[in-house]
Amino acid sequence: MDIINALVAVTNYVIIPATAYGAQLALGALGVTLIYSILRFSNFAHGDTMAFGTGVTILITWGFQAMGISFGPLPTALLALPFGIVITSALMLGTDRVVYRYYRRVRAAPVVMVMVSVGVMFVMNALTRFLIGVDQINFDDGARFIINARQWREMTGLTEPLTLRSTQVITVVTAVIVVAALFWFLGRTRTGKSMRAFSDNEDLALLSGIDPNKVVAVTWIITGALATIAGTLYGLDKSFKAFTYFQLLLPIFASAIVGGIGNPVGAIAGGFVISFSEVGLTYAWKKVVTYLIPNWEPDGLVQLLSTDYKYAVSFTILILVLIFKPTGLFKGKIV
Amino acid sequence: MKKILLASAAIALGASGAYANDVKIGVLLGFTGPLESMAPNMDAGAELAIKEVSDSGKFMDGSTVTPVKGDSTCIDASAATAAAETLVTSDKVSGIVGAQCSGATTAVLQNVAMPNGVVMISPSATSPALSTMPDDGLFFRTAPSDARQGDVMADEVIEKGIKSVAVTYTNNDYGKGLADAFDKAYEAKGGKVTISAAHEDGKGDYSAEVASLASAGGDALVIVGYIDQGGSGILRGALDTGAFSTFVFPDGMVGKTLEDNFGKEINGSIGQYPDSQGQGMDSFLAAAKTAGFDGSSAYSASAYDAAALILLAMQDAKSTDPSVYKTKVMEVANGPGEKIYAGELAKGLELLKEGKPIDYEGATAVRLIGNGEAAGSFREITIKDGKIETVKYR
Repeated sequence: MDIINALVAVTNYVIIPATAYGAQLALGALGVTLIYSILRFSNFAHGDTMAFGTGVTILITWGFQAMGISFGPLPTALLALPFGIVITSALMLGTDRVVYRYYRRVRAAPVVMVMVSVGVMFVMNALTRFLIGVDQINFDDGARFIINARQWREMTGLTEPLTLRSTQVITVVTAVIVVAALFWFLGRTRTGKSMRAFSDNEDLALLSGIDPNKVVAVTWIITGALATIAGTLYGLDKSFKAFTYFQLLLPIFASAIVGGIGNPVGAIAGGFVISFSEVGLTYAWKKVVTYLIPNWEPDGLVQLLSTDYKYAVSFTILILVLIFKPTGLFKGKIV
Repeated sequence: MKKILLASAAIALGASGAYANDVKIGVLLGFTGPLESMAPNMDAGAELAIKEVSDSGKFMDGSTVTPVKGDSTCIDASAATAAAETLVTSDKVSGIVGAQCSGATTAVLQNVAMPNGVVMISPSATSPALSTMPDDGLFFRTAPSDARQGDVMADEVIEKGIKSVAVTYTNNDYGKGLADAFDKAYEAKGGKVTISAAHEDGKGDYSAEVASLASAGGDALVIVGYIDQGGSGILRGALDTGAFSTFVFPDGMVGKTLEDNFGKEINGSIGQYPDSQGQGMDSFLAAAKTAGFDGSSAYSASAYDAAALILLAMQDAKSTDPSVYKTKVMEVANGPGEKIYAGELAKGLELLKEGKPIDYEGATAVRLIGNGEAAGSFREITIKDGKIETVKYR
């Protein structure tokens, strides 16, 4: 019984939250990695693109709610998501046209592009705040729980609660669908293949007649879609606040680099490595230890790091990887 | 023609009145930031007192009083200092009601009030550290120190039969001060604190914080935080994971947002905030209702008292110079003399003018102890059917 209680506690406080968080990070890291491998720079504006996409999705969600449209037990935001993606992708294309295209044309060094993206980040950050404000917004409607603590206790009679929120399941399911679609697109379609060719060797790709403008445009559209989906899932699962997405930038980059930047499989693996390390290292294992080792209750909390240092975890992993294995877990590429 | 003449005469009168003897009082509150939902009602409280004094015509031979607002932001000490500096140097205020949060108050006191010699009365800064800080006799507060609130909180929790608690506090002067005071008092009374951990405001995700609190366990979770900030995130996380079902909410968490966003989910939880009842409170609440704001909102009444105290002390000293009237604040607040309640400021001004002593009771039964801080009484609340209900005062 104690062992089951210990397992339930770990599932409830580590495995479920870390899986949902990992899926959100993975989607974010995929966007970063795509830009890195095809356009060859680190896009610092990605966090705020997520915020913008989520903001637009929330506005459309409100519109739907006002019209009385709902999605049954699922959050209305999922219905609004496609519209949010269209608007965000349009913004991405617009930004590329106004800002990035010039720097591509003058063949600016990647570090210049990074600085340009920092500028875009600030503009987008302000745009999001103008659009939707700085307040905390909860926009998940529909059924909140699949299993809640009380049902679980009544069902099993265990002392440890287990909860499974619908947003956590939606996050993971959506992430799986999106990732499958992305891999199918990159591996099977003509455009996807030309993107990969462009990423592997730009000159050769141009020689074989691939239209660079089309590749760039499709990349931005996909990035906009990934950012909007990742941002909306994060906002549904936690809550939306304009500046929390900026804080997500560090774990997202850590995920992309740990997995091997430029490598989509690596981005996904990296997302889960980062999320499980963040949650696992800052979790207080006292309760679990008490269940597992009979007749002994530890004095301390058996916590490796205080939760204040959550972001330090991604930072440390980032530095360790860059020192010892700069190409990441799955061979990425360094421009 | 007649109308134009009248109008210009009125404008001339108004202008000369404002120019000749208009006393300015700074109202320095966190209009933006983690306590922004409380600030408007506090501001309304302070302005109610200022208007009452100004309209009475009895203040300093018919002087008028004008409030000047400043934004202390609550968390950004440099922004608070800059706002206070503007109030003092460019608006030339004679006294400041504020600041709202302890950290901002400390910064303003040390960087602006003391160098410029301006009296500050904070309606809501409750950090115990402010009790012993050197202040040149310029700083007072109409809110009690957290050391006292910690004690009251501990009593309430013990009486409720809660034997062990987990504590989480917002990582600033207020949070740490109150959490420490509570931990000490609660353990002295026989309770057990399983964990006392900080949380940072303004994050998107509090699941890691909630997980470590849950692992430490306890009969209830004490959230010493802000309802418009991390406090909400912690509470939501604790409810969603089923980690805790009973909560203890000190002043920063008791607000309308709590009812609106959590309602029935937190039935049976308890809380408390500095507040009082009685004759003064009743007339303050009535006056607030007429003026169109919620006087029972946290610290609204103490803001009224803070503004009133500054003005009464000025009247007593017959001077708006802070270095002169600062010595009168304690006298006016503690008496002896005729008791003056909220809504009776005109009477107090009249008595002081005649040279008779008064004992200002105001809305919150003001009594300043120690270095000039309120002894305080507390409103104890519980959540019943999703609504905040008052249990009693202590």
